[in-house]
Amino acid sequence: MTDATQRPAPDPFILPEDGHEETAPAISPLRPGEDPENIAVAGQWQLIRKRFFGNKVAVAAGVIVILLYLIAAFVEFLAPASPTAAQPRFTYAPPQSVAFFVEDPETGTRRWLPHVKGYTMEVDLESLRRTFTIDDDQVIPIGFFVEGSSYRLWGLFEMNRRLIGPLDPSKPMNLLGTDSLGRDLLSRVIYGTRVSMSIGLIGVVTSLVIGTILGALSGYYGGWVDLSIQRLIEVISAIPTIPLWLGLAAAIPITWSPLRVYFIITLIVSLLAWTSLAREVRGRFFSLKGEDFVTAALLDGSSQRRVIFRHILPSLTSHILAVVTLAIPTMIVAETALSFLGIGLKPPVVSWGVLLQDAQNIRTVATAPWLLVWPSLMVVLSVLAFNFLGDGLRDAADPYEN
Amino acid sequence: MQHQSHPPASTTTTTDTDTVLSVRNLSIDYHLRTHILHAVRDVSFDLKAGHTLALVGESGSGKSVTARALLRIIDTPARVTGGTITLTGPDGPQRLDQMTETGKEIRAIRGGRIGLIFQEPMSSLSPVRTIGAQIVESVRLHRKMTKQEAKAETVSLLRQVEIDNPEQMADRYTFEFSGGMRQRAMIAMALACNPDVLIADEPTTALDVTTQAEIMDLIKRLQVSRGMTMLMITHDLGLVAEIADDVAVMRFGRIVEQGPVDALFHAPRTAYARALLGSTLRLEAGQNRPAPPTQGEPLLSARGLTKGFGAKSWTGKTTWAITAVDNVNIDLWPGENLGIVGESGSGKTTLGKMLLRIVEPTAGRIDWRPQPGAAPRDVTAMDRRTLRTYRQAVRLVFQDPFASLNPRMTVKQVIGDPLYVAGGMNGAAIDRRVGELLELVGLDRSAMERYPHAFSGGQRQRIGIARALALNPQIIVADEATSALDVSIRAQILDLLLDLQKRLGLSFVFIAHDISVVRYFCDRVVVMHKGRIVETGTAEHICTTPSEPYTQALISAVPSPDPRNKRMSQRTRLSR
Repeated sequence: MTDATQRPAPDPFILPEDGHEETAPAISPLRPGEDPENIAVAGQWQLIRKRFFGNKVAVAAGVIVILLYLIAAFVEFLAPASPTAAQPRFTYAPPQSVAFFVEDPETGTRRWLPHVKGYTMEVDLESLRRTFTIDDDQVIPIGFFVEGSSYRLWGLFEMNRRLIGPLDPSKPMNLLGTDSLGRDLLSRVIYGTRVSMSIGLIGVVTSLVIGTILGALSGYYGGWVDLSIQRLIEVISAIPTIPLWLGLAAAIPITWSPLRVYFIITLIVSLLAWTSLAREVRGRFFSLKGEDFVTAALLDGSSQRRVIFRHILPSLTSHILAVVTLAIPTMIVAETALSFLGIGLKPPVVSWGVLLQDAQNIRTVATAPWLLVWPSLMVVLSVLAFNFLGDGLRDAADPYEN
Repeated sequence: MQHQSHPPASTTTTTDTDTVLSVRNLSIDYHLRTHILHAVRDVSFDLKAGHTLALVGESGSGKSVTARALLRIIDTPARVTGGTITLTGPDGPQRLDQMTETGKEIRAIRGGRIGLIFQEPMSSLSPVRTIGAQIVESVRLHRKMTKQEAKAETVSLLRQVEIDNPEQMADRYTFEFSGGMRQRAMIAMALACNPDVLIADEPTTALDVTTQAEIMDLIKRLQVSRGMTMLMITHDLGLVAEIADDVAVMRFGRIVEQGPVDALFHAPRTAYARALLGSTLRLEAGQNRPAPPTQGEPLLSARGLTKGFGAKSWTGKTTWAITAVDNVNIDLWPGENLGIVGESGSGKTTLGKMLLRIVEPTAGRIDWRPQPGAAPRDVTAMDRRTLRTYRQAVRLVFQDPFASLNPRMTVKQVIGDPLYVAGGMNGAAIDRRVGELLELVGLDRSAMERYPHAFSGGQRQRIGIARALALNPQIIVADEATSALDVSIRAQILDLLLDLQKRLGLSFVFIAHDISVVRYFCDRVVVMHKGRIVETGTAEHICTTPSEPYTQALISAVPSPDPRNKRMSQRTRLSR
């Protein structure tokens, strides 16, 4: 600290080079060509959308979910055959693969002809079991928009065009194999999509409505309202679900159709499943009702109903959406599990869980593994898609967090 | 991006031997979701041994992140993009910018060579461990000591920061300390290893003025006795004048002006520094407007207003654990601006909320005259319907402009809501009125379709004011309406309110902790302390010649924005 005088001191004033006054913080766009100003006029949903589309995994999951629901909407047209059409000649037939060219045995030239190969049957004389093998010599031409067995689209329009099928309806085409009665697994998986993807929705919607309303009341009013709703939630969450299902399944009249039985059971269980959503909504209301903007709304003269539904609830919609998206896969898994155990849906209803019932014993799995693989793959795919979509929505849900 | 073309002008001027810490051309970018923010651009400064450099700037100027960058503790979206940080110590200069963020070297410097005091002592101290244990840990991390020695050192540190009974207090938890004591403990922790440099990031912003004065006294004393170098980050020019030797003014990530403190206050060179100083000084002087008459019938008068928080015992007898507001009488005459001043916990906000019956008074009555000459009506006895008409006439402006606007509603919906709910307006009528109101508060009509997040703090506060004005009110209760704003914006908002008062004939109840704002804005001032009114008088009288000792202590603790007239160090101290 002695020779301070020998060195030049730093310039006391450091002014910007250009010297002119700045009026705003310096920013540059993340990617060239973007205008950060646009964000200023963006609304809530625009911000959420922007953030959601930044998440590639969630977008991919969303596309899969949409595809699954499209499949569910047009099952009759998409399925190559009726899910109940049994082919006694082709039980446990293995999947056929699609080929596009046939080779002319004489000239050796290849010709464009989409086709599947036929089956040859062998009978094991000791066990009298029939086994099918693919016969490369039998060519079954297939095509798009072929005429097949007739059906009613959505139960309304009489049609017989199908997206894909054998040109000759009497020939077999089983792209994913067949089950013990020789029914086409691909058609059954497609029909199962409709039931599995939709049956949980009713339950989700019921629990959504109950959960949101009771949670909102509980969180907004507090006091004895909160106390009684919370005690109700505790009692309800103490009821074990699976024994309840078992009991209900036994108690419901045997004359009801299986689908109706399942529908009723789902409804009853969803009356008990709203508790977690109600707690979540209550917590959000608790924190939001102390916010200044809620006080401001009250001072503006808004009624309490208006404060709840117009001012507070919109802040939660995106969160609720995410919760619902995450609740659907739980319902799908529940349906699969219960049907597998035989207390959910029962044949002749076709759902992924019912399809898996066929793969319950090891012998079947050993001889016809496709019965296990394809339905469970659909369950896994849909559940993962919903979970990724829900996560993406939840992350995007609050655009104002920073 | 101008900063890239900016040459490293001062790298050639090598560090002086008495320069402890030297920063050259520091640049920091934030990678946000929508854009890249150049939060700090080519910032260069030197910390000289034993001197205090104040880094001054408004919110968003990059001053805090600069300080954090020195210790390499900036948050993830931020990235240092260039520049050097050199710490000169006994074993030669060290380049802090070249160290890894989690490495051993930088950890030895954090707390060891450079101490840091944060703004919010509550969140910077662990709530689950005793104060003593936290200081002991800091001591043992950097100095080779046994547990016993560290404990003794901790007690001696707590004594140095003037905490009474340090032996006992070391075993207490954070929540048992008051805000001022927490900040003292924080300072003790920062000093634990005899740092050469102390960085104080808004050390007193969360504290009351009297506590602020005590803490700043303490920091100054410790700095002199230990020969520490200090970098103080603040937005308060008054504090700068009281404490600093040198100042660097930051704006939008750049240092726009740098030099000795006297030069900044008496010969500012840049327009921005002049404007900043101007808005600070403007609030120092009164406004000299003729006070409205305080005779005749008051618009609003509260008598014996009391609010207690506590519980009913099982015998049905109520005992108040805290009496937040204790038997307060106030009057508000037409056209008057009544200031309510007090430190935190004085009950001023509760009083304001009781005036609007957001909080129900425990005792007392509030009389309100809908028109001059009309019979007074008791607000505390109103039912829901009449309370609605009262709340149309008496409106509230909130403190936090970010929390008070619903982020999911457009500005039109926010301002139009009272018009729709209470005014019964619809469609085009709302559009027209909202447009008028926006122009009235100095915003463009096009703001209508935008969402609140598109606006700055000052603009949001204008929107909040427009909402309060929507129903042609008589009285506006402004609860700390300017305390969340930067000083230049604060002056603008106050001028807007004064202008609106003139045009619309409003009366204001202005609740604030900031004496200078009250002096600028109010005609009469009520000083509150521990729920009671200590003194009532004209603003000029309260701010220049207060008669009560508490008011004197309060007024004299306010830092004066003039380095040649340091007020804080000669302040009146209230004996405890």
